[in-house]
Amino acid sequence: MKALCRGELPLLLRAIHDPPKRLYLRGNGAHELLEQPAVAIVGARACSAYGSQVARMLGRELAATGVVVVSGLARGIDADAHRGALDAGGHTVAVLGCGIDRDYPAAHATLARRIAERSLVVSEYEPGVEPAPWRFPARNRIIAGLAVATVVVEARDRSGALITADFALEEGREVFAVPGEITSALSRGTNALLRVGATPLTRAADVLETIGIEPHRDAPVDHPWIALLPASVDELVRVTRLDAGRVATTLAELELLGLVAQGDGIFRAAQ
Amino acid sequence: MLARAVTHALVGLEPRRVEVEAHVRELAAPAFAIVGLADRACQEAKERVASAIRSAELRWPDGRIVVNLAPAELRKEGSGFDVPIALAVLAASRQIPHARLAEHASIGELALDGRIRRVGGVLAVAEGARRGGLTDLLCPSDACGEAALAGVVAVPVRHLADAAAYLRGDLELEPYVPTNGTAAPRSPLDLAEVRGQERARRALEIAAAGGHNLLLGGPPGTGKTMLARRLPSILPRLDDERALEVTRIHSVAGLVDPAHPLVVEAPFRAPHHSASTAAIVGGGPRLRPGEASLAHHGVLLLDELAEFQRPALEALRQPLEDGVITVARAAGTIRFPARFQLVGTMNLCPCGARGDPNAQCSCSAQRLARYKDKLSRALLDRFDLVVAMPRPRATELAAEPGESSHAVCERVSAALDRLRRAPPGRTSDADDFLTRAVERLGLSGRGRARVGRVARTIAALAAADAVNVEHVAEALSYRAPDELAR
Repeated sequence: MKALCRGELPLLLRAIHDPPKRLYLRGNGAHELLEQPAVAIVGARACSAYGSQVARMLGRELAATGVVVVSGLARGIDADAHRGALDAGGHTVAVLGCGIDRDYPAAHATLARRIAERSLVVSEYEPGVEPAPWRFPARNRIIAGLAVATVVVEARDRSGALITADFALEEGREVFAVPGEITSALSRGTNALLRVGATPLTRAADVLETIGIEPHRDAPVDHPWIALLPASVDELVRVTRLDAGRVATTLAELELLGLVAQGDGIFRAAQ
Repeated sequence: MLARAVTHALVGLEPRRVEVEAHVRELAAPAFAIVGLADRACQEAKERVASAIRSAELRWPDGRIVVNLAPAELRKEGSGFDVPIALAVLAASRQIPHARLAEHASIGELALDGRIRRVGGVLAVAEGARRGGLTDLLCPSDACGEAALAGVVAVPVRHLADAAAYLRGDLELEPYVPTNGTAAPRSPLDLAEVRGQERARRALEIAAAGGHNLLLGGPPGTGKTMLARRLPSILPRLDDERALEVTRIHSVAGLVDPAHPLVVEAPFRAPHHSASTAAIVGGGPRLRPGEASLAHHGVLLLDELAEFQRPALEALRQPLEDGVITVARAAGTIRFPARFQLVGTMNLCPCGARGDPNAQCSCSAQRLARYKDKLSRALLDRFDLVVAMPRPRATELAAEPGESSHAVCERVSAALDRLRRAPPGRTSDADDFLTRAVERLGLSGRGRARVGRVARTIAALAAADAVNVEHVAEALSYRAPDELAR
């Protein structure tokens, strides 16, 4: 464990209105990691299968190009963004709203350990500080402060993720929102952001272009079924007239290629 | 004057020989005592026996009567001792011959008017009698079918007066002639009634063929329970040995149908989610088999899995692993067989809206986490197949009726046969594919084994010579999603 005093903070974080006095670091990542281009991915804790998939996909694709993925280790979107980055073998930084020695929520202790093995867990609070509701908004200013851009994946009205977006806007950083269904309560916050001028995010490359990083281009892999998604197995059975076993076989092969992902029985394109 | 009748007490499913000794001291002050660790129901036999003997127009001996149930250290439970107690008292008062009584085991509960009622566990008692060298069992007439399964001569007695007359040689009773009777009708539930849900139907077929545990998730009203209840309809009938094992357990629980004593259909049990741990795995003060044992060689459906009490779910881990439940008591341990196929259904969140495009989930993150935490990883790990059933579109519900249970059952039987005779092995391509998948998806060792097992069943259903890449790929699609396995 290490601590940076105010003078040692990364430039972007030092530039915010109210930088932390100290920043505690835990993990095997060098503190220079915090100077690298970073993007924050935040959103609802009780997210939908769609949101969870988008967060994981963004985490993976951004981290694959060397961008550091910053988030808050919370359930839902935050955790999926971290996991996506770890999947890609990239770097991800978790910002805690409690003492640096605590894993909150406890269910994410393993995730925190995996992050610390490769990258960093950071907090402005000294060891032993309990998590408290009023510390999370303060934590959000660090998430926004570390990142050149903030992506909100799913957010309800008055979600904590919107606070992060506000901090980012105040500091003049780019804010992206993932468009969602206008009828869904989980999209109300993100759609409100879009209405007031946030950039709609339709693919990871949108963020990369804005921050001036060349998107990582794999040889494009395509499959005729991708155009039919999102769909359940049953819907594909009816469209393709194959039996359920054959459809499952093909989908599992596509899943292994990273082309599709499943959530709550619905398969979606993952690229 | 002393007399002795033989019956059997059950310890779990095991019969233990019990000698019912009656001593009548005439001319002493009238009294009636039962000793030998008899429970309450057994103590109450005094009143039933006295009344039944008088109703049968036999003589209730005057004087002091002591009945001893030996061995005295074994706890005796239930009302099945009524008949042997009554017969021992009758023999002790010289109303029936000792020698005849000693050639018969007996069991049954007495009504106050002397009729003989059936009790649970007759099959196990009959087996105990046969093993103990007694070939004749006096048993309630409607339990004879059960007793005959053990290979003893079942003498059907309807009334205590008949039993006494038969033992005196005044009445001929035709021993029960074992018949297989007419086969019990199959359950009227048929898979044809399930429309759409092709994926879940496929998973059900694989589960049936491989005996795999199946977890169905999805919003309410997508047919999870309807589908799960139709699993027995595609399972083949039990072979003789298994049928007898199942019947023995059902007999102890008093569930045997007198018209079709042998249970030939795979049993299906669906305890309510409020069930206690003892109700599910067995035990309790009377050491009865639980739902898990009643589902032996059949299906245990836990509808709304996440609503069950956590201790009850955790208690299922032992039978899922070993196929037996061990109930430990200070006096010793009892083993109940419980090799069942587990089917669970659950909503994807506590409010039930998850997975339903027309509803908004209102669950908080904590509530969602608690709901999923209810299923420990260890239990989740026992489900070979996990299928999410999203709400079907209206057009699917208007689809043609599905394939009938009969047609599916034939494929399942053929696959079971292949798996038993020569389970297909994996090709090296399939092996490589599985290894890559395990790395990519981060499966545990157990997860890998599970995918391998399911792939083997899929290959058997396809009548393939070996497990190919496509079989492994399909098997992978039934693994538990990450959000559950976390």
